[in-house]
Order: sequence, then C-alpha cells, then structure tokens
Amino acid sequence: MELIFEIGSKGRHLSLLPECDVPKVELGEKYRRTDAPHLPELSENEISRHYTKLAGRTHGVNDGFYPLGSCTMKYNPKVNEEAAALKGFNRIHPLQDPSTVKGALKVMKMAEDALCEITGMDAFTMQPSAGAHGEFTGLLLIKAYHTDRGDMARTKIIVPDSAHGTNPASAAMCGYQVVSIPSGPDGCVDLDALRAAVGPDTAGLMLTNPNTVGLFDKNILDITKIVHEAGGLCYYDGANLNAVMGIVRPGDMGFDCIHSNLHKTFSTPHGGGGPGAGPVGCKKFLARYLPGLCIEEKADGEFDLVKAPGSMGSVKAFNGNFLVVVRALTYILMMGKEGIPEASSNAVLNANYMRVKLSDDFKMAYDTTCMHEFVMDLSPLVKETGVNALDVAKGMLDYGIHPPTMYFPLIVHEALMVEPTETEPKEVLDQCIDVLHEICDIAHTDPDYLHGAPHDTVIGRPDEVEAARHPVVRYTWE
Amino acid sequence: MGSFVPNTKEEREQMLREAGYESFDDMFSVIPEEVRLRKPLDLPSGLSEMEALKVMEDLAACNKVYREIFRGAGSYDHYIPAIVKSVTSKEEFLTAYTPYQAEISQGILQSIFEFQTMVCELTGMDVSNASHYDGATAAAESIPMCIDRKHKAAYVSATTDPKVLEVMGTYCFGSNTRLVTVGEADGLTDLEDLKKVLAEDPEAACFYVESPNYYGNLEDVEAIAEIVHGAGAKLVLGIDPIAQAVIKTPRELGADIAVGDGQPLGMPIAFGGPYVGIMATTTDMMRKLPGRIVGETKDHDGRRAYVLTLQAREQHIRREKASSNICSNQDLCALTASVYMASMGPDGMKEVAEQSMAKAHFLRDELVKAGLTQKNCAGEFFNEFVTDCPMGAEALMAALDEKGILGGLPLDAETVLWCATEVNSRSAILEVADTVRSLM
Amino acid sequence: MALFFTKTHEWLLEGDDNTVTIGITNFAQEELGQLVFVNLPEAGDEITAGDAFADVESVKAVSDIMSPVSGTVLEINEELLDAPELINDAPYDAWFVKVGEITYHEDMLSEDEYNTFVEEEKA
Repeated sequence: MELIFEIGSKGRHLSLLPECDVPKVELGEKYRRTDAPHLPELSENEISRHYTKLAGRTHGVNDGFYPLGSCTMKYNPKVNEEAAALKGFNRIHPLQDPSTVKGALKVMKMAEDALCEITGMDAFTMQPSAGAHGEFTGLLLIKAYHTDRGDMARTKIIVPDSAHGTNPASAAMCGYQVVSIPSGPDGCVDLDALRAAVGPDTAGLMLTNPNTVGLFDKNILDITKIVHEAGGLCYYDGANLNAVMGIVRPGDMGFDCIHSNLHKTFSTPHGGGGPGAGPVGCKKFLARYLPGLCIEEKADGEFDLVKAPGSMGSVKAFNGNFLVVVRALTYILMMGKEGIPEASSNAVLNANYMRVKLSDDFKMAYDTTCMHEFVMDLSPLVKETGVNALDVAKGMLDYGIHPPTMYFPLIVHEALMVEPTETEPKEVLDQCIDVLHEICDIAHTDPDYLHGAPHDTVIGRPDEVEAARHPVVRYTWE
Repeated sequence: MGSFVPNTKEEREQMLREAGYESFDDMFSVIPEEVRLRKPLDLPSGLSEMEALKVMEDLAACNKVYREIFRGAGSYDHYIPAIVKSVTSKEEFLTAYTPYQAEISQGILQSIFEFQTMVCELTGMDVSNASHYDGATAAAESIPMCIDRKHKAAYVSATTDPKVLEVMGTYCFGSNTRLVTVGEADGLTDLEDLKKVLAEDPEAACFYVESPNYYGNLEDVEAIAEIVHGAGAKLVLGIDPIAQAVIKTPRELGADIAVGDGQPLGMPIAFGGPYVGIMATTTDMMRKLPGRIVGETKDHDGRRAYVLTLQAREQHIRREKASSNICSNQDLCALTASVYMASMGPDGMKEVAEQSMAKAHFLRDELVKAGLTQKNCAGEFFNEFVTDCPMGAEALMAALDEKGILGGLPLDAETVLWCATEVNSRSAILEVADTVRSLM
Repeated sequence: MALFFTKTHEWLLEGDDNTVTIGITNFAQEELGQLVFVNLPEAGDEITAGDAFADVESVKAVSDIMSPVSGTVLEINEELLDAPELINDAPYDAWFVKVGEITYHEDMLSEDEYNTFVEEEKA
C-alpha cells in the first residue's frame, strides 16, 4: 500500500488552529529555517483511512490469539483506557505543586503498595519505562549499594545462559562484566557452576523464576543464599511474574530487588512495542538509592515527593509512564486479593493444558509441569521433515494466530515458546492445539508448503538480508 | 471481584483433569513448600468495573486541572487534534506488541518507517530510530554512541534542562563515564569555557547542548559545532520538535546526533508520561544508534515490505556487547507523533511554532510592562524565557492558582521560567500580567 | 606464499616483510549464512593473537573473528563495509585485514590438516 507521503496533494490541510491573536515575531536569519520539512499534506478523511488501512495490516491481541512466550499478551481491559483518559490524569503538569496533584500521588502510592505486597518488596519507583529500563535501574541500585559501602571490587554480574538478552546488556551498561553460567540438564541453575562463579568480585545475580524455559527453579533458596553468602545481591527479572502472583513472592525467595512489567503482568496494552512501564522494587536497605522522587506519606495523610537520601539520580525526566500506572492500578483494583492469584493460577493451567495436549506430536524441551509458558524443541521435526521452528511459526500466521516466541531461549535448539495467558478461553487453546497438529501433519506430507508459508498474509516472507545489507530506513522523494 | 479469566469453574476443573492434575494445588506442587505464600495477599477485595472506575474518577478529581498553563520546562501543553486520539485508540495498534512477525505487522512497521522519515525531515538527519523512552534517556544514550577507546569523556552545557542532566549523570554513573559540565554566561553556553575545556582534554567524546535550551534561549550552535568538531568530539543537539519547524535543522547546524522529547507532538502532559524520545543521526553513525530501526525491503513476490532491521546491533543478538539494552520503543507514542505531524502538515507545524513563539513574546512584553525584568537573555528565545519575580514566586503562583492559571516554573524564590504555546489565549496572558501588576 | 588455517576457521596468507592477510574460510561463511555487515578494526590498531579483531553479522547472529597473530593492522578491506556479500561469494578473495609488525604467531593448520579438521567438525 502507499506510504503516507505518497497520498494527498500540496495545499490540503486540516482546520485545527484559530488565527493568531497576538503579533507574530520573526526569528533572526541566523536561526531561521528556510526549507520546510517534507510532511504529508492531507485532509482528515485521508489520514483516517490511511491509518485504518495500516490497522488492518496489524495483528493485536484483539485480533486473535497471541501466545508470544515471555511477553504475556493478555487481554487489555477497556476500563483501563477509560481511566487513563480522565482529564484529571491527562491534563496535569508534572511540575505542578504536590498539593495540586494529590490524586496522582495517591495513584502512584496505591500502585506502589500493591506491587510491594504482590512481590514481597518494601518500596517501588515508577520511573523506569520498560522491562529493560527496569533491569538497568535495579542493577544501579546494586551498584549504588556496593559503591556506598566502598566495596569497589564487586565488578561482576552473574547471568544464566538461558537469560533474556537484556540481562547481559543491562549489566554491561552498568559497567559490569557478565559471567554467564550454564544451565543444568533440567534447565535450571547448576548450583555447582554458581558456587564456582561467586566470589568477592560478585556484585550480584540476575534471575527469573519461573525461568526462561518456563520452569520453577526449586533450588531458588539455595541460589539466593549462595549469592548472598558471597556478598552479592539478587535481582529478580519480573518478566515472568504473571506465573506466580499470590503463589510465591520474589521477596520471599531471597531477592533484593525486582522490576515488574506493568504491560505484561498488569494488563496495560503493549502499544506495538510501548509505552510500557517497568517499576523497580527493592528491600528496605536499598530504598535509599531509588531514582526520581519517592512518594512519602506525611503525618496528616497527605503525600509529598521527596528525593531518597542516597538516590542514584534519575532514569527518566519525570515520574515515569504515569498513564500506564493509572491503567495498571485500575486492573489491580478490579482483581483484588482474589483475582490476582486467580489470574496466575489460570495462566499456569492454560499453559499446562496446552503442553500436555501437544506432547504427542511435539517434543517438549523439558517434559514436566511448567509454569505460565513452555518451550517446545522442534529439532526432531527438523530431522524428520526439514520443517523448522520458523516454518511452523510462519505456518501459524495463515490461521490468524500470532506465533510463539521463536529461537528463544538460546539453550534450546529450534525453540518455540508458548505463553497462552489466563485470558484465553478453552476453545481458543483447543483451536491452536488443532492448528499445531495440522501443521505437524503438513510438515510430514508437504514440507515445501510450510517452507513457503505464510500464504494468506498481505506480504510473504520479507528479504531481511537485503534490508540489512543495504538499509533503506526512510522514504526519499524523487 | 473482577476477573478476565473466561473459563468457568467446571471448565477449569476439566482442564486440570485433562492436564493430569487433581487440583490447582497439585499443579503448583512443583514449587517447594518453604517458599509458597500460604496466606492471602494483603490487598482489598476486587471490585466491579463500575466501582473501580469510580475510585479512579475520584482520584482524578483530586487533581487540579488548570484552565491555562504557562509552565513548560520539558512538558508542553499544545493542542491535540481529535484525529490523533482517534487513530491511536485503534485496538490493533494498542494491543499489538513489537512487530517480530513482519507478515502480520506491516501496519505497525510501515507507521514506524513513516515516523522515522518524518523525524529525518524535521531534523535533517539521515536516520532515526523507532523512538526511545523520552528525551532525557535519548540524550543519555547518545553518549555511548560517541565513546570509543580514545574518546571517553562526555561534556554537557550548564544550560541543559537539569532533569536531562540528572538522567545523563545517572547513566554515566552506570557506565563509569566521566561527565563534565561546561559553564554558562547569561543564559547561553560559555563558548570560551567550552573551547578551553575541550582543548585540554584529548579524551573528549561529545558535547551535549539544547537549543532552545532550558531557559528557552537559542544557542549559537554553529559556533559550538565548530569548537566541538575542532576538538575531535561529536555534537549532540537537544531539540524541541515544534521549534524545529522554524529553526535551522540540527544537520544544518552541524550536529552529529539530534535528540529530544516528542511529547509536544500530540501527547498530553499527563503528569510526565508516557512521552517519547526522538533520536536521529548521520549515516556514518547509524550502526551505533540504539533501539529498533525499521527498514524497507521486498518479499519474494517483489511486494514492498517493512522489517525490523540492523538487529545485530541489539541486545537479543549481541547481548553484553550490544550498543544498549533497550528492547522496545515507545511505539504508540511514536505513532501519536506521526499522526500529529501528518495532521498538521508542513504549514500547520510552522503555524504551531510561530503561534507558540508569538504568544511567548507577547507574554514577555506584557510581563515586562507589568514590571518584571527578563533575565538570562543574551540572544533570541523560542517559547520559554526567564524573569525575575520581586513579589516572590510563591505569592505570584498562589495568586494565579486562584484564577485557575498555572504560572511559570519557579527556578528559585524570585526567578520564574515562563512558557506559552498556541493554546494560551491573549486574554489569559493579559490576566497574568494584571495579576503581576496587582502584586507589584 | 603459504596459506594457513586456524581451528576457529580463519585463513591466513603470509606475505613479504613479516606481514599476513587474514580472512574467513569457506566453511565459516557457509556456517554463518548470508552476511549483512562486518565490523573491522582501524589501520594502526594493535591486535592480539587469540582475541577477536572483527565481527561479522548475519540477520540474526553476530560472530567474532579471532586473530591468529599479534601485530599491527596495516590495511583493512574497506570494500567489505559496503559489500559484505563478497565474503559469501568469494571467501578467499574477501580478505579482512593486512597485519604487519607481527610479534607472535599461533600454531596453524595446513590446508590438508584444516580439511580433516572440518570433516571431523561436521561429523
């Protein structure tokens, strides 16, 4: 279809602004722009249709099943949007006096209290914008702690080889060396490898539990103990929190700090890649290093914004993605103490139901009870038919299903990671199970059909090699 | 209580049985007993949608919404066209995730490609990423783009927004990068100081300056670029995307990287977020740019197609050697900015910029007539400026507050940073001046 | 001039005056798939035997290229920066760097030894 720059014509415009009622001023020549930017010239109708067309070429949770492992693509309740659209949240300036934004401060405080209770932490900052941003912030808490104690020898962060790529990248941004430790054959942390890796240079450990293969690491108390005894701290990557709310808390597993993805666990929309929010929580002894402004409840029940005494500074200009926090709080209020564990229990149930029903045709990377997601190992299928994980994923597109996460974690070859979430009805799961069985049959009878998939989408497989070799990253006018 | 789990109790029990479990507790027996939470969460009981919305409405009602806002300092109250809100509330855009599967994500990918093009047009740069968290993080992440074995120190002007400076400092604490502030003179970067400190430091990697800067003043960026490049360092320019419609592009001015906050392009001020970071650079530095980048290519039938490209820069491939840990972008905000720019068009963007500048200058004139004195003003300004406030900033703000007006930002007890945009009315500006007069 | 190989799949051509030219083998480019970019050092950089001196990118992976020698980079093949496909098309022509002032050589394989090694790797 056309780009927005290829429609409309010179002189078309909307009627948005009144005439200026004060004298205009002109910038000096030294500063003045002489050539106008090439921007679209369109009527409102054309803009509306252009984006409606683009929306039609986009698959969201609302369009169909989206079992994208480690991304928790649950349904996004509409009431969240209604709350976020309230003028009292939308049209308040971040630098208003705290006495004029009592409601906003209370929103942040209520969200903080709920997250503390759910994760077993003592304080939270809402400033980080995303999971990776939260990891960075959490590691800076660890760095600030060691620096404050004058313990400058702690230069290493331990990360399992199954970790998200953001973990080592975040550690590197904090000036740490990354020590990758191998997972055991059960997909969990190899305790001997961990014991061998820790020492006086250990700043901390980054871990998810359930881990990235969807299993609950039963040695978790030993793991955090080993790190603590070596003088390191434990960071919990909250990417998989949707599995365990109300079941087990990171704070009770020995973790010192955590990020939580509001856009995964707490139902705020992913927005095509953001804005999300990655609030960071910590135990009391780390709270003094939190970034941004913390909300303090005064004796009279009012709230104030204060800087933590040993604050690392700020990781974002203002108070974080506030409207995302509004949405998450709305969700938390509706769920309450009963609904939150119910969400996790059913996320785990849906995953295990699918895992068991798919175990006949597909090899499970770890054939045991999973948490909210599971990983299939398609290497036997590749051997038998030549159809790989990518082909299966592309085949699913023709059935209107967003494929699972492909080729992650790296420790499983030909991985497909399935996370159904709790908001899918049984018949959607059944349909996806049927589709995967059918694709498995096609792999055996007509593998070329899958090599050529998808067949019914607006484009076929794009040439990514050419895109990367000779990047075209903007439109240019003739 | 509320719930978004569709399956009934009977269906859940059936599914448990089919998966081989007697109960939920049986399923969770893989979790060691000693870490299980064996008490209910200490949270209130869940609410119905009607009750939850009421709680949120009551909270929203506790915030004061001003009818006129003369405060900017990184968050700007501009008019948001109705079409912007309509497009960005489309569920497909709202509920999708990062476009990993290009075949069913062409809509999002194309919209990012269009965003990248508009950012390039606005800044004159060659390449833009798919957006960053906000302007401050974009500024902070421009530093590692400039660092190499020989260039290890980052310099920043004292005329920088202090919040941006703080974020840069925090990122530099992380990466163990030396961050040095260059002095200011009369609201502008002190060029002599800049020349001196850069000449003394062969390790200088980059210099960050904003134009308009924190005080609203336009910097002599061309002169700065000459000094910075002369010292073998890169110039990172912080921009206001609205101002960019009327002031010379970063490219023309000699910047190597342009960053800024895209909030003025259709995003509500919303207590500070979500906003969106703009980040653009030259072809030479393209592979150092952090974040998602969308590229154009073809599918096997020769149809035009868009994909996430240059991915080998990114964390999921390069891990600890990646240029950044950023995983997502602020896609819906980037879309907001695109729809805003499309609905304004080149003339509309210019009009917003000119009206903002006109209102700010009118406000300055009226405040001066009322008895205030403009401060820190060696050059020209865009839509923000600083005055003294002999009656005390607190007293003036309180008097304006009573009229439903949010005054400028007090920088100290007797200094105020003012801002005006196209949404401020002439009558409100006169009201502010009258209030000042009444307190003189 | 003699051609040598490493177990990390680089080739090395000895030149005059204590210089060598380094590239990657045909087996390496086949394993890596279609290459989309190469990061090269700069002329004048010191490189160390056993350390990475460059990396190559495919669409979904990045791989380090290890140096079998310690020395100083004299020249880089700038053509590869714009056309990484040359490495796939003709790996033994698509040299990465010329290195001089060599102070250390790792033990290397002859062509026969390398071919045997690759056969073992495949098995």
